[in-house]
Amino acid sequence: MSEAKGFKSWLTTTDHKRIGLLYFWTAFGFFLIGGIEALVIRAQLAQPNGHVVSAETYNQLFTMHGTTMIFLALMPLGASFFNYIVPLQIGARDVAFPRLNGFSYWVFLFGGLLLNASWFAGPLFHAGMLNVAPNGGWFGYANLTERQYSPGPNIDFWMLGLQILGISSLAAGFNFIVTILNLRAPGMKMMRLPVFTWMTLVTQFLIITAFPVITVGLAFLMFDRFFGTHFYVREAGATPILWQHLFWLFGHPEVYILILPAMGVVSDVLPTFSRKPLFGYTVVVYSGVLIGLMSWGVWSHHMFAVGLGPIADSVFAGTTMLIAIPTGVKIFNWIGTLWGGDIRGTTALHFAVGFIAMFIIGGLSGVTHASPPADLQQTDTYYVVAHIHYVFFGGTILGLFAGIYYWWPKMTGRLLNESLGKWHFWLQFVGMNLAFFPMHLIGLLGMPRRVYTYSPELGVGALNLVSTIGAFLIALAVLIFLVNLWRSRTHGQPAPNDPWGGATLEWSISSPPPVYNFSVIPTVTSRLPRWSTERHGPMQDPPAVPPGPIHVPGGSWWPLVAALGLPVMALALLSHTLWVAFAGVALLIGGIYRWAFEPFEV
Amino acid sequence: MTLGTLDVVSRCRLWLTTATLALAGCAGPFPQSTLRPRSDLGRAIDHLFADIFWWAVIVFVLVETLLVVALIRFRHREGRPAPKPTHGHTALEIGWTLAPAVILVLVAVPTVRTIFATAGDAPPEALKIDVIGHQWWWEYKYPTLGVVTANEMHVPAARPVQVSITSADVIHSFWAPALGGKRDAIPGHVTRIAFRADSMGEYSGQCAEFCGKSHANMGLRVIVDADSAFETWARAEQGGPATPAPASPAERGKAVYSRSACLACHTIQGVSPGVIGPNLTHVGSRTTIAGGMFPNDSAHLARWIADATALKPGSLMPRMQPPLTDGDIALIVAYLQSLK
Repeated sequence: MSEAKGFKSWLTTTDHKRIGLLYFWTAFGFFLIGGIEALVIRAQLAQPNGHVVSAETYNQLFTMHGTTMIFLALMPLGASFFNYIVPLQIGARDVAFPRLNGFSYWVFLFGGLLLNASWFAGPLFHAGMLNVAPNGGWFGYANLTERQYSPGPNIDFWMLGLQILGISSLAAGFNFIVTILNLRAPGMKMMRLPVFTWMTLVTQFLIITAFPVITVGLAFLMFDRFFGTHFYVREAGATPILWQHLFWLFGHPEVYILILPAMGVVSDVLPTFSRKPLFGYTVVVYSGVLIGLMSWGVWSHHMFAVGLGPIADSVFAGTTMLIAIPTGVKIFNWIGTLWGGDIRGTTALHFAVGFIAMFIIGGLSGVTHASPPADLQQTDTYYVVAHIHYVFFGGTILGLFAGIYYWWPKMTGRLLNESLGKWHFWLQFVGMNLAFFPMHLIGLLGMPRRVYTYSPELGVGALNLVSTIGAFLIALAVLIFLVNLWRSRTHGQPAPNDPWGGATLEWSISSPPPVYNFSVIPTVTSRLPRWSTERHGPMQDPPAVPPGPIHVPGGSWWPLVAALGLPVMALALLSHTLWVAFAGVALLIGGIYRWAFEPFEV
Repeated sequence: MTLGTLDVVSRCRLWLTTATLALAGCAGPFPQSTLRPRSDLGRAIDHLFADIFWWAVIVFVLVETLLVVALIRFRHREGRPAPKPTHGHTALEIGWTLAPAVILVLVAVPTVRTIFATAGDAPPEALKIDVIGHQWWWEYKYPTLGVVTANEMHVPAARPVQVSITSADVIHSFWAPALGGKRDAIPGHVTRIAFRADSMGEYSGQCAEFCGKSHANMGLRVIVDADSAFETWARAEQGGPATPAPASPAERGKAVYSRSACLACHTIQGVSPGVIGPNLTHVGSRTTIAGGMFPNDSAHLARWIADATALKPGSLMPRMQPPLTDGDIALIVAYLQSLK
C-alpha cells in the first residue's frame, strides 16, 4: 500500500498519477523543442531574404514544428490530464487497464524520440546532421512524399514515427473509454460527470475512429515507399488526392481531439472561480458530443483549392459553417457561467478567460475560410497560419495552461506562485497577439505559408518582424512559467486538499493523492458533489486513513518491453535490415505474452 | 516628448496606415495583396470576403464586450452575497443557438451563389491557356495560338480567359492574387479558373502549395496587356527564334549552346528539342528568370547558367560537366538575350 520509490519504480509504474506526470514532463519537453523550432522559423522570417537557416533546414523545421506540437506536445499534454485527473474525477482507484496505460506512455515516448532522433541521424545515412529530419510538412502530401520526389530517409522517419504514436493514442483511447464508462463511483451517472471527463470521453471516441484512417493512409504510403506499390502514384493510374482525403478525414477530427480537452478544462475552471455551477451543463455536454460527430463531415474544407466541384464545395461549406453553431453555444454558456458569479481572478481563471477571448478570433477567421471562394485567397497563406495558431495556441495552449495552474497543486502538493502566474499570462497573451495577429494581414497581403524566404517587394517585412518579436515574448513567458514550476518544488505553499473550493471529487482527497486515491470510494448524489445544492449539502470527504487494507497492483516491466519492440521494428525499416525486424517482433510479442500471463499479485 | 516616444508614435501611425490601406484595398506597395482585385473573379471573391469579414467583426465586438462586461461587473468583492446557483435558461439557449444559425445562413447563401458563379467556366470564345506546374517553375501553353512560354503569362485585358491547370511532377498551386483565388496543380488532374482582367499591369503571384525544397522560389507574373500589345506579343512568340547576326557574340553563343548539354532539356525552336526545362525560344523577351526570382540581365543569367542551385536551392538544372568556361557562359548569355 505504500508507494514504491526510485528510478525502477517509474519504469515499471502502472499508477495513473505517475503516468500522468510522465506524460506531462515528456510532453512539456517536446513543447519546448517545438517552441525552439518555432523561434528559429521566426528568426528566419524576421526580415525578407533571411539567412539564418537554409531552405532544406527550414522545410525540416516547419515540418517538425507542426508534427511535434500536434502529436508530441498538445495531444500528450491533454493525455497527462486524462491520466491524472479523470480517475480522480470519477472516483476510481486507477484506469481500467493500468499496464496498457504504461504501454501507451512508453510507445508515445519512443515514437517521439524516434521522430526527433532524425535531427541527428544524418551521419548514419551518409548525410550531415540536420539533414534527414522530416521535410514534407506535417500534412505530408503525396506525391511529394513518394520515394521519387523524397528519396532520403526523412519521410520514413515521419511516417514510422506517426504510426508508432498512433498505436499509443489508440491504446489510450480504448483504455479511457472503458475507464469512464465502467469505473465511475456509485451514483456518478453520465450526466453527473464533470465536463472535463465528458470531453475526454468524446475525444477518446474521436481518437479511436480517426487514427485508424491515418494509419491506413500511412500504411499505403509505407507500401509505396518501401515495397514499390502505387497507392498515390499518378503514373500507375492512382491519384495523390486519395492521400488528402485520408489525411483530412483524420486531420479534421484531430483538430477537435486537440481542442475538446481544453474546452473541458475551461468548463471546470470557470464554475470553480465564479462560485457558480456551469451554465447549461446539458447543452455544453451535448454541444461537445455534436462537435465530435460533426467533425467527421467537414474534411474537404481543407481541399477547396483541389477543385472538387461546386456541389462538393457547397456541401462542405455548409457542414463547416454548421459546426460553428455548437461552438458558439459553448462560448455563450461560458459567458453565462461568469455572468452573475463571484469571479476570483486566479491565474487559472485568467487562462480560461484568455481561451474564450482568443478562441473566438480563431473561430471567426475559421468562418471566413469555410466559404470556398474566400478560402481560395486564404488557404496556404499566412492567414491560415494565423487561424490555426488562434485555435491551437489561443485555444488549446491557453486552456491547457488553465488546467496546469488549476490542477498543479493537486498533482504535486504545491501551489504555484500567483504573481509569477499573472506575469506569465499577460506576457503570453500580449506575445501571442503580436506573434499571430499580424499573420492575418501577412496572408491577405499575399505571403504563402511554408516559404523559407520572401521578397522585400511583398511589403510584409515589418509585419513579420512584429510577429517574430511576439514569438520571443511567448518564449519569455514560458521561461517565467518554468521558473514558477521550479520554485514551487521548494518555495511553493503546500497545497491543502482543496485550494480553490472546487466542486468535483478530485478536491476531496489529499494533494497529491495517496496511491490508492480514495480511502473509501465516495457515493455521488449530485453533479457538484462538494457544493451544497438545493437538495443536498456538500458530500463528506473520504477519511484521511483508509478503514481497511486496499489492494494496489504492483508495477510491471512488460509494457515497457513490449513498447520497445515498436521502435526496433521501425529501425529495421530505416536500416533495411531484416533480422532487426524479427528482434522487434520478438520484443513486442514476448512482452505482450509475459504481460498476459503475469501473476495477478506482484 | 522625447525622441523615442516620437519614434513610437510615428511608427504606430505607420502601422495604422498600413493596416487601413491594406484593409481598404487602396493602392499601396503590396504587389500580391488579395485585397486589391483586378478581375471579375477577384472582385467576386473580395465582395464575399468583405461581407463575411463585417459579420465576423460584429460578432467579435459583441461577444468580447459581453465577456469583458461580465468580468468587470461580477469580479470578486468582499461582502458580496454568494451567487445564485443558476443552472441554465432554456430561452437563452434557444436564442443563442438561433442567432449564429441566422448569421450563417446570411453567409452561406452568397457563398453558394459565388461558388457557382466562379466555378471556372469561361465562355467558349475565351482565350485558353494551359498551366503546367514544374519543380520549381511554371510552363504556359496557348493551344489556340501555338505559343509555349514560362513563368510570365500574357493575357489581354477585358477578354475572358480560361486557365486549365495541371502538374508535371508534384502538387503545386497556381496563384495570382490580384486576378483571383488559387487552384491546385495536380498531376493527372486538370483544374480550372476563369477570369476577365479589368486593368492593365503586371501582377505577381507564386506557388501556394508546398512542393519541395524551392517552393518559396516558384514565382510567376501575369502581364495584362492592351489588346494590340497582346496581339504583338503573341505574333512575336509564334515566330521562330531570332537569328543572331553573323560573327556576333550571340552567334558564337548559339554554337556553344548547341554543343552543350543545354539542348537536352530546353527547347529553342529549330535549335534544340528538350522539354524538361522552360522553352527558351523567346527567353530574351521575358523580364525575369528562374521562376520570377531574378531580373533577366546578363549578370544573373551568367550566375544562373554557372550554378543554378547556388541561386535556387534544389534547382534541377545541373552544373555542366565539364564546367563551362566564363567565356562560354558570356557567349550563351549573349545568345539567350538575343532571343527576343
